[in-house]
Amino acid sequence: MKREDIKVCVLRVGGTNCDAETKRSLEELSVQAEIVHVNELAKRRSLMEYNALVFPGGFSYGDYVRAGAIWAKWILAKLGKELKAFVEENRPILGICNGFQVLVEAGLLPGFEEISSYPEAALATNFPPGYNCRWVYIKHENNGKCIFTRKIPKEKVLRMPVAHSEGRFMFAKEKEKQCLERLYENDQLVFRYCDKNGEYGDGRFPANPNGSFHDIVGICNLEGTIFGLMPHPERSFYWWQQPDWTRQERMPQYGDGKLIFESLINYLEKKS
Amino acid sequence: MTGSLYTRRNTPFSLFEVNILETGEQQLLEISQEMGVGLNLQEMKSVQEYFRKRKRNPTDVELQTIGQTWSEHCFHKTFKGKIKFNGKEIDSLFKTYIAKATEEINPSWCFSVFEDNAGIIRFDKDYGIAVKVETHNHPSAIEPFGGAATGVGGVIRDVLGVWADPIACTDILGFGPLDYDYEKLPSGVKHPKYVYMGVVAGIGSYGNNMGIPTVNGAIYFDESYVGNVVVYCGCIGLLPLKKFKRKAKPSDIIVLAGGKTGRDGIHGVTFASAELTEKSEEISRPAVQIANPIEEEKLKRAIIEIRDSELASSITDLGGGGLSSALGETAKRFGCGAVVELEKIPLKHRGLAPWEIYVSESQERMLLTVSPENLELVFEIFKKEDVEATVIGKYTDDTVLRLHYKDEKVAELDIPFLFEPPKTVRTAEYKPMNFAEPEFLEPENLTKTLMQLLSSPNIASKESVIRTYDHEVKGNTVLKPLHGEYGGPNDAAIIKPLDGSWKGIAVSCGMNPNYGKIDVYWMAASAIDEAIRNNVAVGGRRIALLDNFTWGNPEKPERLGSLVRACEACYDFATAFKTPFISGKDSLYNESPLGPVTPTLLITALGIVPDIRSAVSMDVKAPNNLIYMVGQTFKELGGSEYYKLKGFLGKTVPKVQPNQARKTFKAITEAIDLGLVKACHDLSEGGLAVAAAEMTFAGGWGMEFDLRKVPRENVDRNDFVLFSESNSRFLVEVSEKARQDFEALMNGKVCAEIGRVTKTLRLCVHGLNGEVVVDASVGDLLASWKRPLSRGI
Repeated sequence: MKREDIKVCVLRVGGTNCDAETKRSLEELSVQAEIVHVNELAKRRSLMEYNALVFPGGFSYGDYVRAGAIWAKWILAKLGKELKAFVEENRPILGICNGFQVLVEAGLLPGFEEISSYPEAALATNFPPGYNCRWVYIKHENNGKCIFTRKIPKEKVLRMPVAHSEGRFMFAKEKEKQCLERLYENDQLVFRYCDKNGEYGDGRFPANPNGSFHDIVGICNLEGTIFGLMPHPERSFYWWQQPDWTRQERMPQYGDGKLIFESLINYLEKKS
Repeated sequence: MTGSLYTRRNTPFSLFEVNILETGEQQLLEISQEMGVGLNLQEMKSVQEYFRKRKRNPTDVELQTIGQTWSEHCFHKTFKGKIKFNGKEIDSLFKTYIAKATEEINPSWCFSVFEDNAGIIRFDKDYGIAVKVETHNHPSAIEPFGGAATGVGGVIRDVLGVWADPIACTDILGFGPLDYDYEKLPSGVKHPKYVYMGVVAGIGSYGNNMGIPTVNGAIYFDESYVGNVVVYCGCIGLLPLKKFKRKAKPSDIIVLAGGKTGRDGIHGVTFASAELTEKSEEISRPAVQIANPIEEEKLKRAIIEIRDSELASSITDLGGGGLSSALGETAKRFGCGAVVELEKIPLKHRGLAPWEIYVSESQERMLLTVSPENLELVFEIFKKEDVEATVIGKYTDDTVLRLHYKDEKVAELDIPFLFEPPKTVRTAEYKPMNFAEPEFLEPENLTKTLMQLLSSPNIASKESVIRTYDHEVKGNTVLKPLHGEYGGPNDAAIIKPLDGSWKGIAVSCGMNPNYGKIDVYWMAASAIDEAIRNNVAVGGRRIALLDNFTWGNPEKPERLGSLVRACEACYDFATAFKTPFISGKDSLYNESPLGPVTPTLLITALGIVPDIRSAVSMDVKAPNNLIYMVGQTFKELGGSEYYKLKGFLGKTVPKVQPNQARKTFKAITEAIDLGLVKACHDLSEGGLAVAAAEMTFAGGWGMEFDLRKVPRENVDRNDFVLFSESNSRFLVEVSEKARQDFEALMNGKVCAEIGRVTKTLRLCVHGLNGEVVVDASVGDLLASWKRPLSRGI
C-alpha cells in the first residue's frame, strides 16, 4: 500500500498526553495520522478505518486503580468486538508507556494464547520507587518477529527516554521462568535495558530504571503485530530531542525512536 | 455566632442577614472575624456606609463577596495602596516601580501585560507566549502535597485563562534545612523533610498528569523557610494571537466548566492574607483545595478547541476567591453587570450555603462567556471531552451583580463599589543593616572547601527531584534541566514550541535570598542579573521578566520598608537592562511562630532563541579548548555560600553594574550567534570554582586554570577569587580555532583567557602565587555534588 494512503489512529482519552508528538512522528514519515478520542470512536467512527493503532503515553483516567487498567477495561467493554477483528486481521497496534500498560491490562500482551481475558503480566511500581524521567539504553533482542523493529539490527543499542512510575515488567512469580522461556521461544522479547556499552542492566538502577524482570523493556505478541514498550520513541525522533546534542559535532538527522515508526510503516507499505 | 448580630432569613436553606447598620466598631470587627472575611475596621466601616445608604443589612453572601474581593490575595492592597516611606508618599508600589519600568521600556513585543492573570508577549508574527508564576506558600505549609499540586493546577489555569495552551512549567521552592532539629520545631509547624517530600510529589503529580513538562526550577534552603515554605509555580503557554478573544457583552451567557464545587478551598484567599499560627492547621485546613489533574487535562482540551473554533467571547479561570472573584472581575472589565443562579452550580455534596458556593475555590473550573447562538456547539465540545459544563447566568447591561438561590435574591451589589475598597495607607521604614566583614584565614586545603561547597544544599545536584518531573513530555524540550550523561545543571531550559520553526524560548530564573539578609536592594538587583545571565548563557535575548515576592507581614513597617527597597531595585535594573516586567505575583504575611520569611524575590526570565540549533549548553566539550572568564570579580562575598559554609553572613553583597553587564551580555550573545562558544556557564552560588567544577563533570573532561589571570579588583586571596559571587560573570569555552574571533569580539570588555580544558580528568587551579591550590578528580567533584540530595533522603 502506498505510504500516503496509510492511516494511523492515535487514540486518546482523558489523561492521555503524548498524542500530539506521536502524531507528529508519524506525519514526519508521510503517513496520515489522526488523533481520535475514544468517545468519538465509540459513537461515530470505526477502528477498521485505520491500518494501525497507537495507544500513546499519558495517565489515562489518572491511572487510578493501576496504570492503564481503567482504559483497558473501557476499550474491551465498548470496542471489544472491533478490537478483536482488528487484531485478527493482524493490523498493527503500538503501545507506548501508558499505552503498553493498557495493552498488558487488556490481555493483548504478551498474548500467549491470543487475547487473554485477564492480564498475564504486569507493569508494577518502579524499583527504586517513584517517577523517573531519564534517558536509557535499550538493546534490540528480536529475531524478526516484531514488525515494529525490523529496521533495527539485532543487538543494536538504542537510546530513548523513559518517564513513568509504573514500568517494572513482571510475570507472576511462580510462572516467571516458564513465561520467559515462552517469550524467547516465540520471539516475543523485543528490547532489554542495558548500559552504554550494551551490558544488560541486570535489574540494577540506573541502567534498568524500574527494576524490570529480566531487564525487559518491551515485548510483542505471537504475531509480532502488537508491540508495547515503556520508553518514548516519539521523544527520541529528532536529533534536537537528544539530551546531549550540543556535544556532537555533526548531528544525525534523527534519533533512534524514528526506527520504530519507520519499521511499522515499511511493514504496512509491503502489506497488500 | 453571636445571635443579635445575625438574623436568619426565612428560607429553606441557610441565609443570614448581618446586622451592621447600627453596630459599633468593636462589633464590626467581631463580625469580620466570626465570618472569617478578613476585613479591617476601615473596610468594615466602608461596607457599613454602603449599606446604610441602601437602608438594609447585607446578607452573608454579600459580606463574603466583599471580603474575598478586597482581600490582599485578590486585590493586592499593599501593592496598590499608599505607602509612607522616608518622608514621601508612594501611591501604589505596583504602578510606581513595576508597571512603570514596563511603560518606560515600552517594547513593541508586549501584547498584553498586567491585564489578565498571565502576561502575553509576542513570539513570532502569529503566536504569543503567555506566562505566569504563582505563589502557593500558605496552602503548602498546611498540606504540602495538595498545596503544591493546586499551585501548579492554578497557574496552568491562569495560562488557559488567556486562551493559551500550556507548554511548560517551572517550579522554584524554598524549604527549611532537611536536617532541622525536631526538638526545635514549634507545635503546628511541619518538619522541612515532610514538607519537601510532599511539595515535590505534589508538583510532579500535577505537571506529569497534565502532560506539561516541568523544565526549569530551583530549590533553596534557609532557616526562615522552616515555618514558611516557599512554593513558586510557573507556567508558559502558547497561543495564536488571532484567536485571543476578550470581548464579552451584555446578554452573553455565563458558562461554568470543569470540576464540581465543594467545600474545599473556602476562604483560601483570606487565609493566604494572614500569618500562619499554631492553629492554622485546624482552622484553615478546609482552605486548601483538592487537586484532580485529569479533570484539568480534559478541560484544557475542550478550551483549546473552543478557542480554535472561536466560539466564546471571553474566558477566565477560577482561582483565589472562586466565582466571586472570577465573575466580579470579568463583569467589571467588560463594564457590565451579571445575574447568576447559584443553585445551578454542580456541587460535590449537598448542604452548601449559597455563600459557600460563591466563594469556594474548588479546583479545575473555568468561566466562559458565550453568545447564545454558539452555546450548543460549546456544549458539544465539552461533552466530547467528558467535561461537565453548566449555564449559570448571563451578563447584563447595568453594573449590578445579582445572585439568586432558589428564587431568593441573595445578593445585589454595585460592581464599582466592589472594586473601590478604601485605599490602604501603610508606613514603611528601612534601616540599612550594619554587619561586619568576617575575619578569618584562607583555608589551607581549598580542594576540600570546594568539595564541601559542592555538597552544600543550595549548590548540590537536585537531580533526585528533577527526575521525578517529566521534563520531556511534548517532545519539545531542546535544552533540558539536566544536561547529558552526568546531569549537568544547565543555566536555562529551551523549548521549541512550533513544529515548523527553529525559534525557541529560553526559560531561566534568579533568586538570592541570602543577600537580602544584608541588603534587599542588591538582592533584587542580583536576582534580576542572575535570571538574565542564565538566559543569555544558553543563547536567549529579548528578555521579559516576571517578579514574585514572598515577604512577611506588610503591616509591620520594617517588612514593608524592605519590600519598597526591593521594588526600587526592580525598577532600576529592569529599566537599566531594558527587560520589562510582564507579570508577577506577591505573597505577603509569610510569618509563622518561628518568625518572618526572609524576603525572597524570584525573578523569572523568558528569552527568545532565534534558532535553537545555535543553543549552548554548560558542559565542556573537548580537551585543549580555551577557557575564558568574562566579567569582573570583586571581593563580594557577603551572603555567599562560601561565607555561609564558614558560618558567616558578611557585609559586602554582590552589586550589579548594569552598564558593564549589558556590554558583557551583548558580547556573549554575539559570540553565541557567530558559533564561537562551545560552552557557557554563569557564575552564581559558589562562584568561579563551583562553575568550573560543574562544567568539567557535566562534560566529562578536566580543566586547568590560573587565578592570576582572572580579571579582578582588589581581590588578593585565592579563596575570595575562587568563591566570590560577583554578578554578571560567565565562564566560556572557546576552541583554539575561534580564539582570534572571540578575542576580537571581547575587545573592550572585561574578559581574559584563564586556562584550558584538559584530557586529564582533574580540576587543577593555580593560585595567586602560582602554586596549585585546587586539585581534584572530576569523579570526586561529581560525587560531592550528587551525593547529598540523592534518592531516598
